[in-house]
Amino acid sequence: MTTFEAILFTIVAASTPLLIAAIGELVAERAGVLNLGVEGMMSMGAVCAFAAAFTFDSTLAGILLGMTAGGLMAALFALAVLGFAANQVGAGLALTIFGLGLSGLIGAPFVGQTRPRVEEWPIPILSEIPLVGHALFSQDPLVYVAFGLVAGVAFFLARTRTGLRLRSIGENHVSAHALGLPVLKMRVYAVIFGGLCAGLAGAYLSLVYTRFWSPNMTAGRGWIAVALVVFAAWRPMWALVGALVFGTATVLQLHAQAAQVPLPSQLLAAAPYIATILALVLLSIRRGRAVGAPGSLGTPFVPDR
Amino acid sequence: MADVAPASPAASVPTADGTPALVSLRGVSKRYGDLLANDGVDLALAPGEIHALLGENGAGKSTLVKILYGVIEPTAGEILWEGRPVSIPSPVAARGLGIGMVFQHFSLFEEMTVAENVAVALPERAFDAVRTELAEISRGWGLALEPDRAVWTLSAGERQRIEIVRCLMQKPRLIVLDEPTSVLTPQESERLFETLTRLSEAGTAILYISHKLEEVRRLCRAATILRGGKVVATLDPRASSAREIAALMVGSEVGEVRAHLSKGTGEEVLRVEGLSLPPEALHGKPLVDVALSVRAGEVVGIAGVAGNGQSELFAALSGERLASYAGDVVVAGTGAGRLGIDARRRLGAAFVPEERLGHAAAPSHGLSDNTVLSHHATSGLVKAGFVAFAEAARIARSVVGHFDVRTPSDDPAARKLSGGNLQKFVVGREILRGPKLLVVDQPTWGVDAGAARLIRQALVDLAAKGAAVLVISQDLDELFEIADRMAVISDGRLSPLRPASAWTREAIGLEMIGAHDEAGAALAREPA
Repeated sequence: MTTFEAILFTIVAASTPLLIAAIGELVAERAGVLNLGVEGMMSMGAVCAFAAAFTFDSTLAGILLGMTAGGLMAALFALAVLGFAANQVGAGLALTIFGLGLSGLIGAPFVGQTRPRVEEWPIPILSEIPLVGHALFSQDPLVYVAFGLVAGVAFFLARTRTGLRLRSIGENHVSAHALGLPVLKMRVYAVIFGGLCAGLAGAYLSLVYTRFWSPNMTAGRGWIAVALVVFAAWRPMWALVGALVFGTATVLQLHAQAAQVPLPSQLLAAAPYIATILALVLLSIRRGRAVGAPGSLGTPFVPDR
Repeated sequence: MADVAPASPAASVPTADGTPALVSLRGVSKRYGDLLANDGVDLALAPGEIHALLGENGAGKSTLVKILYGVIEPTAGEILWEGRPVSIPSPVAARGLGIGMVFQHFSLFEEMTVAENVAVALPERAFDAVRTELAEISRGWGLALEPDRAVWTLSAGERQRIEIVRCLMQKPRLIVLDEPTSVLTPQESERLFETLTRLSEAGTAILYISHKLEEVRRLCRAATILRGGKVVATLDPRASSAREIAALMVGSEVGEVRAHLSKGTGEEVLRVEGLSLPPEALHGKPLVDVALSVRAGEVVGIAGVAGNGQSELFAALSGERLASYAGDVVVAGTGAGRLGIDARRRLGAAFVPEERLGHAAAPSHGLSDNTVLSHHATSGLVKAGFVAFAEAARIARSVVGHFDVRTPSDDPAARKLSGGNLQKFVVGREILRGPKLLVVDQPTWGVDAGAARLIRQALVDLAAKGAAVLVISQDLDELFEIADRMAVISDGRLSPLRPASAWTREAIGLEMIGAHDEAGAALAREPA
């Protein structure tokens, strides 16, 4: 394995949690719901996954409980913004703060513990492809799940009827309601899907990526996932590209630190976040405005009957 | 349970000409808080009948069709479909019965394609099958549509065709059209009438909602007139005069605006020359080389179908958007193109935007605060940064008194006023300042006939006193009533300004679709 292949391998691993969380948020936003609570849902996913995996000594149990935690957080958010038509930005910020705080409380007994390494599942033949084979096809199963999610969501949105209905609800909920589409019901499903994904992304962090729990370990990855959705112009395939770009920034700054690049390490550590801001600024200059944003994004819907 | 009920009352619900009804509404009511939007409405349609539902804005027409289409639930009353009582809990149920709907504000999705817009409303069907069927229906009915075009690129007429085709694909037995011609050019309306006549001949019942008497008299043999949520008459619109029907709709004889003698020979107060601006909003229109002039003492009207650059023109005239050069917009002899809205107000201009709630007035602020909004630069309401609230309240009361604004309390929040009363307030607020120039966008859009008449009279009177008045309106009847000279805006371009008497409706329709040469030819053929 060459150094290049090793770096590529870590880039894919670093991109995976961003990608999973971004795909979930993308589905919620395509349905018209802006959930800024990704960071909180992810943190809850990470801590519950680690706690469960540690207690039952099972990575699978950890993953399932992490997803459940993310899903429950999303359900709470759905109750506020869909059930009671609360302001989505406010409720999302509250969800993040709540999730970060609660996860610290739940995780306190587990600080300092570690989990064993998750086995990779190399795929025969494909993993032998020169240069990229090792990075893409000798990964842990969750990486494959992430790729599958991108393909599945892309197909669902573009080709299926339910996907079409979900998009139309996000585009114009008044029209969708007038046509008789179940606006609130589909939004609840989309938000909970987003929560399950954020929980899974959190589980990946604590069970595969770091293999320990520490408070605030999500370190803004939930926010990057939210930014990725904008970067991707609400298209799943572009979310994949974006996640790899940010994953690359994360990994390269580590290597830059190791290579003793004469810059403060804090500045290098901030590189992925600076890259996020730069990408968003450049995109908005190029497009002039947020092209592709679902028309009803962020606006509460109250059906009149 | 059902057999406890008396025998089917189908036979007892004949329609206007005695045939058994396809659908009939009996005693349908809908209550919103204190407001009774529909009050015991009875209505019946036979297969193949084109039935008009007439009424002023706010008479309850839209509420009634939403009940029929299952969007809202009635508070009381029943709906019979082929004589059987049915409940219509959702649009899906309505479509299941065979009721199709063409909405006034199209229920389309801008960023999606025509085929996607059609597919989303249909029950389970393969997407490719939808495309094939869409092509067949649009060919069969002569409703040309490209399945893969995004909706935002289409004109209002094309959008309406999507709604109609979407409707037809469900093989409906009753089609409800809500104000279908309000966004169409006269020529597009003509094509719509042909389609509707063919549908009626094929046995489809059509409920046609409108407030335009002429087209109803052309198309329909029966009409139900609503006023204040109640049915006030069911009649044959061809057997009654437009005046009689209008009186039934409004509840009293509608006065006509007293014309003023055109004195449009005064000095030029507004001159626009070579005004070009790129589109600002994503799907906005550019302004292309717009030129016009308004002289003291005249009313100039700008006609056009909604979304053809009216808002952009208003923004450029008011200073909400700056023009490229000072000389593009000249107010009372001063190049104002690069001046902001306050500087233009100080030159004697006043502006009333289209959207009364949220643009012309702050919804949750009182009328006196809303007076400060447009008066602060000119009426001495602000001294050393402090607002003279007592004076603002005095001006607000004066507007309320002069323009017959009905308020629920003293100095209510703007949103507490009905549309017509708020419109009277925002127009009156500017007129009372005694402007040299008034620019007003859609002065009577969506207000009741009484308020509309008062506002039109106020505009004409203002011009008679020597002010220059520019009215941007979608309502051709309104412009023909009050304008001395008119132009048509289409796709951000303005036609030449001609005396109102020199225009024909045909020529205006041609200008609306950008056919300038044909319009000129049409005017040359039949001199006024």
